[in-house]
Amino acid sequence: MTTNARPRDWIARLEMRSITKAFPGVIANSDVHLSVQPGEIHALLGENGAGKSTLVKMIYGIMAPDSGTMLWEGQEYRAPNPRAARKQGIGMVFQHFSLFEAMDVVENIALGLDSAISRSALDREIRAVMDKYGLRLDPRRIIATLSVGERQRIEIVRALLLNPCLLIMDEPTSVLTPQEVEDLFVTLRRLASEGCSILYISHKLHEIVELCDRATILRGGKVVATCDPRKETPRSMGEMMIGSDFADPARGVANTQGAVRLSMRDLSLPKPDDFGVALQSISFDVHAGEIFGIAGVAGNGQNELLDALSGESLADRNDAIRIDKDPMGRLGPTKRRALGLCAVPEERNGHAAIGNFTLADNAFLSARTRMGLDPNGIIDRSGAEAYAQAVIKRFSVKALGPRALAGSLSGGNLQKFIMGREILQNPSVLVICQPTWGVDAGSAAAIHQAIIDLANAGSAVIVISQDLDELLRLCDRLSVINGGKLSASRVVNEVSVEELGLLMGGHHDQTIASGGTHAPRA
Amino acid sequence: MTWTFLIDALVTVIGITTPILLAASGELVVEKSGVINLGIEGMMLVGAITGFAVAFEFSNPWIGIGAAALAGVATSMIFAVLVLSLGTNQVATGLALTIFGIGLSSLIGTNYTGFAALPFDPPFPDALVQHPIWRVIFGHSVFVYFAFLLVFTIGWFLSSTRAGLVLRSVGENDFSAHSIGYPVVAIRFAAIAFGGAIAGIAGANFSMVITPMWAEQMTAGRGWIALALVVFAGWRAGRLLAGAYFFGVLMTLELYAKASGYAIIPSQFWAAMPYLIAVAVLAFISSRDGKSGKEPACLGKPFLPNG
Amino acid sequence: MRLVLEKRLEQSQLMLIMTPILSVIGVMIIGVILFDALGFDGFDAVWQLFITPVIDSYKWRDVATKAAPLILIGLGLSIGNRAKIWNIGAEGQYIVGALSAAGISVLTQDLTGFWIIPLMLLGGMVGGAVYAAVPAGLKTRYGVSEVLSSLMLVYVSLQLLSYLITGPWKDPNGMNFPQTAQLTEAQLLPRELGDSGLPPGLLFALVAMIIFAVIVDRTVFGFSIRTIGEAPQAARFGGFKSNQIVWSALMISGAMAGLAGTLEVMQLTRLNLGFPSGYGFTAIIVSLLGRSNPIGVFIAGIVLAVTYVGGQVAQTVVHVPNATAGLFQALILFAILASDLIVRYKIKIKTNRLQVQS
Repeated sequence: MTTNARPRDWIARLEMRSITKAFPGVIANSDVHLSVQPGEIHALLGENGAGKSTLVKMIYGIMAPDSGTMLWEGQEYRAPNPRAARKQGIGMVFQHFSLFEAMDVVENIALGLDSAISRSALDREIRAVMDKYGLRLDPRRIIATLSVGERQRIEIVRALLLNPCLLIMDEPTSVLTPQEVEDLFVTLRRLASEGCSILYISHKLHEIVELCDRATILRGGKVVATCDPRKETPRSMGEMMIGSDFADPARGVANTQGAVRLSMRDLSLPKPDDFGVALQSISFDVHAGEIFGIAGVAGNGQNELLDALSGESLADRNDAIRIDKDPMGRLGPTKRRALGLCAVPEERNGHAAIGNFTLADNAFLSARTRMGLDPNGIIDRSGAEAYAQAVIKRFSVKALGPRALAGSLSGGNLQKFIMGREILQNPSVLVICQPTWGVDAGSAAAIHQAIIDLANAGSAVIVISQDLDELLRLCDRLSVINGGKLSASRVVNEVSVEELGLLMGGHHDQTIASGGTHAPRA
Repeated sequence: MTWTFLIDALVTVIGITTPILLAASGELVVEKSGVINLGIEGMMLVGAITGFAVAFEFSNPWIGIGAAALAGVATSMIFAVLVLSLGTNQVATGLALTIFGIGLSSLIGTNYTGFAALPFDPPFPDALVQHPIWRVIFGHSVFVYFAFLLVFTIGWFLSSTRAGLVLRSVGENDFSAHSIGYPVVAIRFAAIAFGGAIAGIAGANFSMVITPMWAEQMTAGRGWIALALVVFAGWRAGRLLAGAYFFGVLMTLELYAKASGYAIIPSQFWAAMPYLIAVAVLAFISSRDGKSGKEPACLGKPFLPNG
Repeated sequence: MRLVLEKRLEQSQLMLIMTPILSVIGVMIIGVILFDALGFDGFDAVWQLFITPVIDSYKWRDVATKAAPLILIGLGLSIGNRAKIWNIGAEGQYIVGALSAAGISVLTQDLTGFWIIPLMLLGGMVGGAVYAAVPAGLKTRYGVSEVLSSLMLVYVSLQLLSYLITGPWKDPNGMNFPQTAQLTEAQLLPRELGDSGLPPGLLFALVAMIIFAVIVDRTVFGFSIRTIGEAPQAARFGGFKSNQIVWSALMISGAMAGLAGTLEVMQLTRLNLGFPSGYGFTAIIVSLLGRSNPIGVFIAGIVLAVTYVGGQVAQTVVHVPNATAGLFQALILFAILASDLIVRYKIKIKTNRLQVQS
C-alpha cells in the first residue's frame, strides 16, 4: 500500500461537492458535501432513509448523481460503474452481501475481482490477506454453510485483495455479535493505521463514538452536521440525527406475575430448506401483561420461530404450543388466530402485507377470522374497509384511505398499519419479529408505545429483535436464540450486555463472571 | 445378422439423440444464466425450415446450417427483448415463442412441402464407413460430431473458465452480480442468443438429415423433451449427455416397435413412453434434490436493474 | 435523450383495459406490413382475418362455436394465472375430457334417458380434472414444475386418443375409419339455442363467466388465489394452504377443459384423429389477453375465435397459408405481454440536461 503511505492530509482522498440525487417521489440526497481524509475512519450517520446508502452507491458507481461533483485526491472523479470505482481504489462491503450461495469462497472472491487469476494463486492470496488481518475462514467452504459473520469476512477479504485506498462499510455490525464487532473494529483500525480511509455507515451511535475520527450526519437527504464523535455523546449525536429529543416510551411497572398465556414446550422443527435453521427443543412461557424479548444475530432461527408460533409451520405435537392452556401446535394460522394468537412477521413486503393489494385487502388477509369479515366464505368488503379505516385512524397511519395500495405507504406507516391490524384484533398473545426494522424514529416510538399498551391491557407479547437496545428498553425478560436453540430467560434488569453478547455468539453453557456493565434501561 | 442389427440400432440411437442433445445443451447455457426459455420447440422449427430452405436454394448444406443458426438467434431475440428488456413473464413468453415458431415455420414452409432435402453426406470418406464397426464412429452426419464437441465444450466452459463462472453467477444471484458490476442483462442476451443458435441448428438436423424433408411441426415435441432433459441432468453437462442417450434409446424403441408390427403392446404406448418416462424422471429428480436442488437460484425470475 | 421507466405507484386501471385493445390493433398493423413483405395483399389478408367474421353475420355461428371452448378453457386457466400456476397442458385435459365423454357415449350407445347428457358432461369434467390432478400431485408431492409435467401429458393424451379410436372404441360400422360411433339422439345437445343459430356451448360459456366472476371477486377462495399469486409467503401468513390452491387451480382448469372437450364432441357428434385442435394452447392466450378477468376472458375468447374463422376466410380469399391464424395469435400474445410494461411503468422521455431539483 505504497500510495497510502504518503501523508497528503491537505488534499482529501475523496470529496463530494453539492451532490444531489432524486428518485420518483423522493429526494435521496440534496446538496451533500462530504470529505474523507487519508487514514481517517469517517462515520456517515443517519436514520434509515436518511440517504446514506444512496450517497455511497454514487461513490461506488452503482448510481450516478443528478448533479454535483466528486473529487478523488483533488482530481475530478466519475465512476460509471463499480469496476471503475474499484480501479480507482475504492472497495465496498455491502449491508446485504453480494454473495452466491451455491458457490465456494474462492469462486465468490474471484467474481469480485476484475482480472482473471488462477484458482491456486487466488487461494494463496486470500490466505495471505486473512493472516495479515487476523480473519479466519476456510476458502473452500460453500457460502450456504457460512454464518453471517463469516460471510461478511468474505466481503472484507474481497475488498482488501484490491488494496483499497477507501473502504466503504455499509452498516457492517447490524448482523454481528458484540464480540464479532470488536474483532471487526480491530481489523478496521489496523487498516486505517496503514493509511486506508474508511467510510463507516451506521446508525449505531456508541459504535461511532468508539471507532470513528469524524462523523457526517445526514437527515432527510441533507447534511445536518459534521462533528468529532470523540467530543460528542451518543445522545447529542442522536439528537442531531433525529432532529428532536429522544422520546423514550413509558413502560410503567413490569409484570411477570400474571397467568401463563402462551407456553412452548420442547418444540423441535427440522430446517425448512437448505438455507434455514432447525429449531432445537425450544421451551418458554409468557405471562399475561408481560413483554418477552428474544435477542439474537440474524439467521439464528428467528424467522423459523416466528413461523412456528404463527402457525405457518406446524409443530409435530399438538401440545408443543398452548395458548391459555389450549393446545394448538398442529393448528394452522387461521385457527390460531381464532384462539387469540396474532403475529407480525419480520418482512413487511410479501409476508406481513402485499404491496399490490389495498389496505382493506391487507386487513382482510389476517383479520378476517377474528373480525368476522368472511361470513360463509364471502368477502364482506365494506366491513374490511371499515376495519382498515379504524386501523388507519387509531394508529395515525399516513395513507389516502382503505383503498390505497399498501405499496404506496412508507415503511414506517406500513409497519404501523400492520401492527395496528393485529393489535385491534385484541389478541391474547402477539408475536412480533423486528417491530421497528427500517422504520423512522417517530413511527418506532409509536409502535413501542402500542406494544407496551397492549401488554398493560393484559396480553402476552413476544418481541423477536436483533436490536438489543430496543429489547432492553421494552422487555421484562429476555432469552437469546442462537443456532436454533433458545437460552434460559433472564430478567432484563439483571442481565449485562456482555453476557447477552456471549449468548448471541453461542456460548450457552459458559458461566459468566460477574462484574460486567449493566445494561442501561429507561 | 444380430450384429448388423445392433450396429444399425446404435447408429439410429446416435442419430435420433443428437437434436435433443443439441437443443438441451443450448438450453443448459440459457438456464445457467437464470433464464428459462420454453420456446425451444419454436426456435427448432424456425431453424428446421430455414436450414432446409436455404440449403435447398443455395444447394449448399453448410450455408443452410449457418442460416438455421441465424434464424434461431433472430427468433430467440424476440424472446430476449420481451423477457430482458420489458420484464415479461418467462413462461408465457416462451410459450408464445413456440406458438410463434410453429406459425412462422408453417408460413415459410408452405412452398417447401413435399420436396426432399439436399443430400448431406457424413463428413468422412466412404472408405472409413465400409466396415460396420467403423460406421458407428464415422458414419454420422456432421451434427453428431458437433453435438459431442458442443456438450464437452459447454461442460468445460461452465466449470473451468472465468466467463463460465460469471455466467453461473448471473444465474445464481442476478442482484449480486449486478452490484459487483457484471452486465446481467447483456450476459443473458448472449446466453439466449447462443441457445437460439443451437436450437436452430438442432432444427436443421431434423429437416436436413433425420427426416430429411420439411413437414409442419416436424419436431413433434422434442423441444419439450430437451427442456425436461436439462432438469433431468441437474444442470450438468455430463449428465445431459447420458440423459439424452437414455431418451434416444426410448425413441429408437418406438421406431423398432412400430416397424416390427408387434401387436401385444400398441405402438401408441411406445410413442407415449418418452413423455411418460420424462414425467416420472422429473418426479424422481425433484423429490431427491428437493426444492433447492442444483437449479440456478434465479431461474425464471425477472431482473430489471432499475426497479 | 433517452427513455426512462418509472414504476407506477399503482397499476394503471385505464391501461389494464386499454392495452389488450391496443395490442390487437398493433398486431393488425404489423400483420399488414408482414404480409405485404411476404408478397400477399397485406391489407386484404388482415381485413379477412379480423374484420370479415365480425361484419359477416353468416360467420357468427362459426365464431361462437369456436369461442365457446376457448372461453370455457380460458376461464379455468385464468384461475391458475392469478395464482401463478402454469397449466400448459389444458389441451391434454381437453382431449381426456372428450375421451371420458366419448367413453360414456360408447357405454350408453343403446340407452335413452335424460340422465345421459348430464352424465357425459360430468364425466368429461371429471376426466379433465383427474388428468390435471397428475401435475398437481407431482407438484405438491415432489415439487415437479407443472409447466413441464402438464405439457408432457398433452403428448401422452394424443397417443391415448389415437389408441382408443383405432382400437377399443372404434366405430364397428365405420368402415374401419379411426373414429368413434356417432353420438345418438339421447347423447346430443340441441344444435342451436332456440332458433338463434348460436351453439349451446355459448350458453355454458356465459353461465361459467358469471360463476367465475363471483368466485374471483367475492369469495375467500378467490382472494386466496390472488394472494398466493402475488405473495406466497403472505398467503401462508393469511392461513391459506398453497398445496390446496395448487390442487384446486389445476383441477378447476382441468374440469373446464374437460367440459369444453365434451361439448366439442357433442358438437362434432363423434371423436376422430382430427379432434385435437389446439384450443387448449390458444386458450392460454385467451386467458392472458382477457387479463384473467372473467368478462375480459369472454371477450378475448371471441377475438381469438375471430382469428380462427378469419384465418379460414383469408386462406380461401387471399390464399395465405393455413398457419396464418396461429402466427397472429402468437403476435397478440407477444403484444399483450409487452404491453404489461405500460401498466406497471410510466415511460418518460428524459433529456441529458440535468434538471434542477426543487
